[in-house]
Amino acid sequence: MSTASAYERARSEGRAALVGYLPAGYPDHDGAVDALKVMVDAGCDVIEIGLPYTDPVMDGPVIQAAAQAALEGGTRTTDVLRTVEAVAATGVPTLVMTYWNPVERYGVEKFAASLADAGGAGLITPDLTPDFAPEWIAAADEHDLDKVFLVSPSSTDERITMTTAECRGFVYATAVMGVTGARTTTSGLAGPLVERTKRLTAQPALPVGVGLGVSNGAQAADVAQFADGVIVGSAFVRTLLDHRDDRAAGLAALRTLTEDLARGVRGG
Amino acid sequence: MSLDTDTSQQTAGRWDADAHGWFGGEGAWGGRFMPEALVAALDELTAAWTEAMADKAFTDEFAAALRDYAGLPSPLYHATRLSERVGCRVLLKREDLAHTGAHKIRNVLGQALLTKRMGKKRVIAETGAGQHGVASATAAAYFGLDCTVYMGAVDTRRQALNVARMKLLGSQVVPVETGSATLKDAINEALRDWVANVDHTAYLFGTAAGPHPFPSMVRDFARGIGDEARAQCLAQYGGLPDAVAACVGGGSNAIGMFAAFLEDTDVALYGFEAGGDGVDTPRHAAPIHAGDSGVLHGARTYLMQDEDGQTIESHSISAGLDYPGVGPQHAWLAASGRGTYRPVTDTEAMDALSLLARTEGIIPAIESAHAVAGALRVAEELAAEKGPEATILVNLSGRGDKDMGTVMEYFGLGDDETTTAKGHEK
Ligand SMILES: Cc1ncc(COP(=O)(O)O)c(C=O)c1O
Repeated sequence: MSTASAYERARSEGRAALVGYLPAGYPDHDGAVDALKVMVDAGCDVIEIGLPYTDPVMDGPVIQAAAQAALEGGTRTTDVLRTVEAVAATGVPTLVMTYWNPVERYGVEKFAASLADAGGAGLITPDLTPDFAPEWIAAADEHDLDKVFLVSPSSTDERITMTTAECRGFVYATAVMGVTGARTTTSGLAGPLVERTKRLTAQPALPVGVGLGVSNGAQAADVAQFADGVIVGSAFVRTLLDHRDDRAAGLAALRTLTEDLARGVRGG
Repeated sequence: MSLDTDTSQQTAGRWDADAHGWFGGEGAWGGRFMPEALVAALDELTAAWTEAMADKAFTDEFAAALRDYAGLPSPLYHATRLSERVGCRVLLKREDLAHTGAHKIRNVLGQALLTKRMGKKRVIAETGAGQHGVASATAAAYFGLDCTVYMGAVDTRRQALNVARMKLLGSQVVPVETGSATLKDAINEALRDWVANVDHTAYLFGTAAGPHPFPSMVRDFARGIGDEARAQCLAQYGGLPDAVAACVGGGSNAIGMFAAFLEDTDVALYGFEAGGDGVDTPRHAAPIHAGDSGVLHGARTYLMQDEDGQTIESHSISAGLDYPGVGPQHAWLAASGRGTYRPVTDTEAMDALSLLARTEGIIPAIESAHAVAGALRVAEELAAEKGPEATILVNLSGRGDKDMGTVMEYFGLGDDETTTAKGHEK
């Protein structure tokens, strides 16, 4: 299934899509695959797999810790692609979230080809904006991959129009000014940003996913009222970090959290 | 010395970035690989800086701060005993005499003045050894701004004296424990702070690297180094030097010096990177010489990376050169052949530090000692080729006070038996 059709299915069910993130390679290759499969099984509609990177400027302490552990465990770019392959085999659209340099190093066209081969749906690029992405845009178009760029509360109207014009799959609205990390309250900036994005886009059907900070079903229900997708990352990663000594318990907790969030995107 | 024909001191278009921050053409070097959340702030900064540079009130206030507060222009000094040794004329641009001990004061005064003009009240900065942190804390005190400095936890332990200086100057110092807990991680953490507080905070970036407009803006605030030295050279010696030399960390002192000479095609430009234990070992900080192109901290440039594009930790005895990337204009100067970049090892730099201390009575920063070491090799080549009239201009970017702990340990100067330091007797 494509990312767009996963969003479409959620929309036809009168709810928001649940988008779940974990980095590849944490706690190790198989552990990450098992965790991602639990998230798929318990109700994630779209999966984002993080490519662990040494200099993750948009990530808070939780995701940094897991990514660093994954790198120390020897996770390579090819391992990330293997993770994609295993998760995409479940049929759920699977994107890679990556800082730019690892893709540039692998070779942009070659990365697009390998990702498509692995069954991956596309890329989310937190430090690459469309105006600096001609190579990626060409490669993604060539391989029919999703291009998920970000919009922020600080984006100008012109940039929202420019960015959404280049997106395929969905547009990622970062709902707070700040790095990734669970927050106790959802941001008041999210609603207005989604409203502006919907108003300014030339692609009215482009889903808007809202990320940064959601950690439970109640918050997911809040966000689901105005967004097409609820993106959850740090809360999943935190669950794994909290259970690092007991994987079975970690997977069980991950399932409970996913189910809570899945109820949330259905309105509570 | 070559005769001066070209009096233009402006950086020419060919060497400048375009409106998107690309050096050497679209997609080549530099650019802005940054989270969308920071783009508005970077655009705002670009506009404010462009406007300010065209406003005489701003440039006058900047010039006055450099003159009355920072003690600039710094002198151009003919190092006669060193010159005798190498067989041609060695001129030192004495940035070590500037307030806070290095060229870095130029950049922070420029950026802090711009911050004030933009109506922001808080600044943040990253620092490695603490030189840029101390300069930022100083500028914050001078302009009455609130200042937070991010510093790798490894560095806060190595450079306790500079941490104390920053605190005394009224700044908050935040140790960064993530990643390798050094300069690149301090930059990451400062960027994270900036994303969260961008509406009221300016990021005083410490070198001519990072996303557009920093490489160009920091160069322009530092370019007094080269503009002054070029004019001083003409006035004092009636011509331009054959070669200009500087050390290259992120590249601010080097580009500040080179900018004035880019159009003087007879003047060779030499940048010296930190060779650490040697570029044939993994322990160095010489991305131009031994790295490949990639993207780090918002710019396409040369960097130290592994096969997967993960950043490799750099190593240098000099904390100010201990950075795995380099400013994109240097990448362009290197790739185009306008500049020549060579590595200088820890040992060569420390030998030069000791030599300069004994022959000239100047204790340079270890960063600057890399420039001296590299320049002495070039001077010998020049002397052989052109004779004693050949001239090399070296940017002495800073003084060695901050490095005395490292120097003492390196030369064993704390040991009772040791009475003098000799480079080779470690
Ligand atoms: C005295 C001195 N020179 C040079 C540098 C290197 O920086 P840059 O390459 O930006 O001039 C530093 C950095 O701390 C420094 O303190």
